[in-house]
Amino acid sequence: MSPATDRSRHRVGPLASTAREAPMLDVDALLDDPETRIIVCCGSGGVGKTTTSAALALRAAERGRHVVVLTIDPARRLAQSMGIEQLDNTPRPVPDLTWPKGTRKRPTKAPRMDAMMLDMKRTFDEVVESQANPEKAQQILENPFYVALSSSFAGTQEYMAMEKLGQIYRDAERDGTYDLIVVDTPPSRSALDFLDAPERLSSFLDGRFIKLLLAPARGPARMMTMGLQLFTSALTKILGAQVLQDLQTFVAAVDTLFGGFRQRAQQTYQLLQTGGTAFLVIAAPEPDALREAAYFVERLDEDQMPLAGLVVNRATATSPEDLDAEEALAAAARLERKKSRTVTPGLLRLHADRMRLAEREARLRERFTAAHPEVPTVVVAALPTDVHDLDGLRQVGRLLAGS
Amino acid sequence: MASRAQGSTSRTPDSRRAESPAGSGDDGDWGGVRLHVVTGKGGTGKSTVAAALALALASHGRRVLLCEVEGRQGIARMFDVDPLPYAERRIATGLAGPDGRAGAVHALHIDAESALMDYLAMYYKLGRAGRALDRFGVVEFATTIAPGVRDVLLTGKVYEAVNRNSRNRGAVRYDAVVLDAPPTGRIVQFLDVNAEVAVLARMGPIKHQSDAVMELLRSPQTAVHLVTLLEEMPVQETADAIEELQAADLTVGAVVVNQVRPDELDDESLAAARSGGLDSDRIAADLTAAGLEHGETLVTDLLHEAHDHAERRAVEDEQRLRVAGLGRPTYELPRLATGIDLGGLYELAARLREEGMA
Ligand SMILES: Nc1ncnc2c1ncn2[C@@H]1O[C@H](COP(=O)(O)OP(=O)(O)OP(=O)(O)O)[C@@H](O)[C@H]1O
Ligand SMILES: Nc1ncnc2c1ncn2[C@@H]1O[C@H](COP(=O)(O)OP(=O)(O)OP(=O)(O)O)[C@@H](O)[C@H]1O
Ligand SMILES: [Mg+2]
Ligand SMILES: [Mg+2]
Repeated sequence: MSPATDRSRHRVGPLASTAREAPMLDVDALLDDPETRIIVCCGSGGVGKTTTSAALALRAAERGRHVVVLTIDPARRLAQSMGIEQLDNTPRPVPDLTWPKGTRKRPTKAPRMDAMMLDMKRTFDEVVESQANPEKAQQILENPFYVALSSSFAGTQEYMAMEKLGQIYRDAERDGTYDLIVVDTPPSRSALDFLDAPERLSSFLDGRFIKLLLAPARGPARMMTMGLQLFTSALTKILGAQVLQDLQTFVAAVDTLFGGFRQRAQQTYQLLQTGGTAFLVIAAPEPDALREAAYFVERLDEDQMPLAGLVVNRATATSPEDLDAEEALAAAARLERKKSRTVTPGLLRLHADRMRLAEREARLRERFTAAHPEVPTVVVAALPTDVHDLDGLRQVGRLLAGS
Repeated sequence: MASRAQGSTSRTPDSRRAESPAGSGDDGDWGGVRLHVVTGKGGTGKSTVAAALALALASHGRRVLLCEVEGRQGIARMFDVDPLPYAERRIATGLAGPDGRAGAVHALHIDAESALMDYLAMYYKLGRAGRALDRFGVVEFATTIAPGVRDVLLTGKVYEAVNRNSRNRGAVRYDAVVLDAPPTGRIVQFLDVNAEVAVLARMGPIKHQSDAVMELLRSPQTAVHLVTLLEEMPVQETADAIEELQAADLTVGAVVVNQVRPDELDDESLAAARSGGLDSDRIAADLTAAGLEHGETLVTDLLHEAHDHAERRAVEDEQRLRVAGLGRPTYELPRLATGIDLGGLYELAARLREEGMA
C-alpha cells in the first residue's frame, strides 16, 4: 500500500470488489490527506474507540500532522502514557514523541500531538457560564433539573463531545493550532447516539411540556384549561411543591439559554457533514457490534455524512497455514491416547479454539460485507495484552494501516 | 396496560416472604436472595450472565423473572423470541435440578413510560389524569429529565415484581427475580435513587414507596453481582463499584468472571511459551506421530499462538489476583468459542450451578 501515491479517498461508493471481500481501508492515505481535518471514531461500547482514536492520532502525528485527540474516559494507564491524568478539559502535549525510523523528510522539530480528556459536566457548565451573568449562572448550575440534565441525560455526553469538537475546531481554524482533530465518542450502547444527541436534546427542550410551563408567563389565562389544572394537581400530588418550583426555575433558564445551544449544535452537525470530516466505524467481531456498525453506516448515508470505513478491532489472528479445528482436535486426541507427557495436544487444542473463533468472526464479517459491500474495511488483530502505552498504540497504528 | 398472562398462584396476596421459598439445601450460595442484580462494565456479559443465572435458578418448579431495563431487547435476542412487550412472558424452561425437575424463566422488559402509566394506575387510580399527563408531554419529560424519575420508576417496577402486592391481582409470584441492570458506572445512582428521592419529594406517597424499595435493596434479600473480564478496565470498574455499593449500604454479591480463556497449558509450559523455551523439535515429532502432514510453518505458528496465549494468560492471572483481593465469592465462566446461543446459555447455567452460584 503506498499512501503517498493514492490521494483519492475511497469512501462510500461502488468500488471494484470481489464477491465477499470488502475493499481495503487505506488508513495512511486518510491520515496523510491534508483535506482530512476531523476523524470521528464511533462504535458501540467497549469495541476500542478510545484505543483506535489515540492510535490514529499518534500515527498521524508521527507522519507529520498537527494533531489533537479528544478522548473520553481512557483507561488510567493509557491516559498516563499520554500525559493526561487530570480531567481538566485542556489539550496537553503527549510527552516523548520522536520521529519514527525511516520518516521520509525528518523535520528538526519533534512531532507534536496534544491529547485531552473530555469533562462533560465542565463543558456544559462552561457553556452556561458563557451565556448567563454570574449570578444567574450559579442559580442554574445548582438547579436539580440542570444537574440531572448535565450529568445523566442520555445524550448529554455525546452532545458535549460535539460541543467540544466545535470549540476546538473553531480555535484551530483561528489560531492554526491543529490541522487534524481525532475524536473519540462516549461509551454508549449505540453508535447512533452520537448523531442523535443534539436532535434529542433540542427536541426535548422544545418539548410540549416545557412550552406549556412557559406559556402562562407569556400568554394569559388561555392555557388554564381543565387539563392543565388536572395535570398540575397530579404533579404536585406526586412530586411535592418544591419540585414544581425547581422546575419553573429550570424551564425559565432553558428559555433564555438554550436557543444558543441549539444553534451551536446545528453548526457542529453541519461541520460533520463537510468533506473534511471522516467517520470511522469501529466494531468488535461480535454480532451486536457489527449490527450496530451496520445501522450506523446506513444512518451516515442518510444524513450525508462522510464514511471513511469500518475497523474490525480485536480480531482473532490466524496464520495462513490452515489446520482446521476438527483436524487439530482429532490429532490432539490421538496424541493423548499415547499417554506421552507433552505440550503438543494443548497447543493443538488452543489452535482449534482459535480457529473456531476466527471462523465465526469471518462469517460475521462476511454478513456485514454482503449487506454493505462498498464499505472499506480493515481488520485489526487483538494484541496479546491490553494497549496502555505509546508502543502499544504504535502497534495498533501499524495494524490499522495494514502493515 | 400490562397483561399478565401466565397463571396465578394460590398464595395469599400480600404474603411477603423473607425466607427462601423452597427450603434450603440445594439452593446454592445465595439461597436467601430474592433479587439478583447483575451489573458490570459495558460489554462484559451482564445480559448473558443474568440470563444464565435465571436459567440456573429456575429448577424444582421455581419461577424466576428475568428483567431488563435498558430498552435493548437483549433478552428477546438471546432467547430467540419476539421483542418483549411491557408484560411478563414465559420464555424458557429452567435448567433441571439433580432430581430432574425444572422450573420456568419468565421475562419482562421494563420501560419507564409504561412503568409510569402502570404506577399511576396502580397507586393513584389516575386513569384520566394519567392520560392528560401524557397529552401534555409530561410522561416524556418525567421519564427523560426529571432527576431520577426514570430510575425510580424502573426500580419501583422491579420492587413490585419481587414483592407482589394485592393491587396487582392475578400476577405471577416469583421465587427469584434477576435484573439485567445498568452498567457499573451507573449502578449505584440507579439503585440508590430511592434514597435520594427524599431530596426532591420531601413528603407524600412517593417518599413512602421509596422507603420500601430501599428497604428491599438494602436487605439480605438483594445481592448485587458484578460481571467482569480478566482485563484491567473491567476489574478496575468492579473494584470501584464494590466500594461505591458498600458506601451506599447496598449488598455486594458475587464477582462473576466471564469469558475466561481455555486452560490447556500448565504453568511451566506457559512460562516456556512466553520465553520461547518450548521444544520445537519435540512438537514437530509429535505432529508427525499424530499423523499430521505439516511443514515448518505449522510448528512456528503453534509456537507463536502459544506465545500470544501465554501473554494473555499472564494478564489474566494478574487480574485474577486482583479479583481475589476483592474478597467476594467468585465464579468463573468460560469464553465459548462458538458464541452464545440458547444452548450456550444452558451450558453457562450448568457451570454456575456446578460452582454453587445457584
Ligand atoms: N487491538 C487491540 N488489541 C488488544 N487490546 C485492545 C485492542 N483494542 C482495544 N484493546 C483493549 O480493549 C479495551 C477496550 O478498549 P477501549 O477502551 O479503546 O474501548 P472503547 O470502545 O473506547 O470502550 P468504551 O465504549 O468503554 O469507551 C482496552 O483495555 C484496550 O486496551
Ligand atoms: N462466556 C461467553 N462466551 C462467549 N461469548 C460471550 C460470553 N459472554 C458474553 N459473550 C458475548 O459477548 C458479547 C457481550 O455480552 P453481553 O451482551 O451479555 O454483555 P453486556 O454486558 O450485557 O453488554 P452491554 O453492556 O452492551 O449490555 C455478546 O456478543 C455475547 O454473546
Ligand atoms: Mg472509550
Ligand atoms: Mg446487556
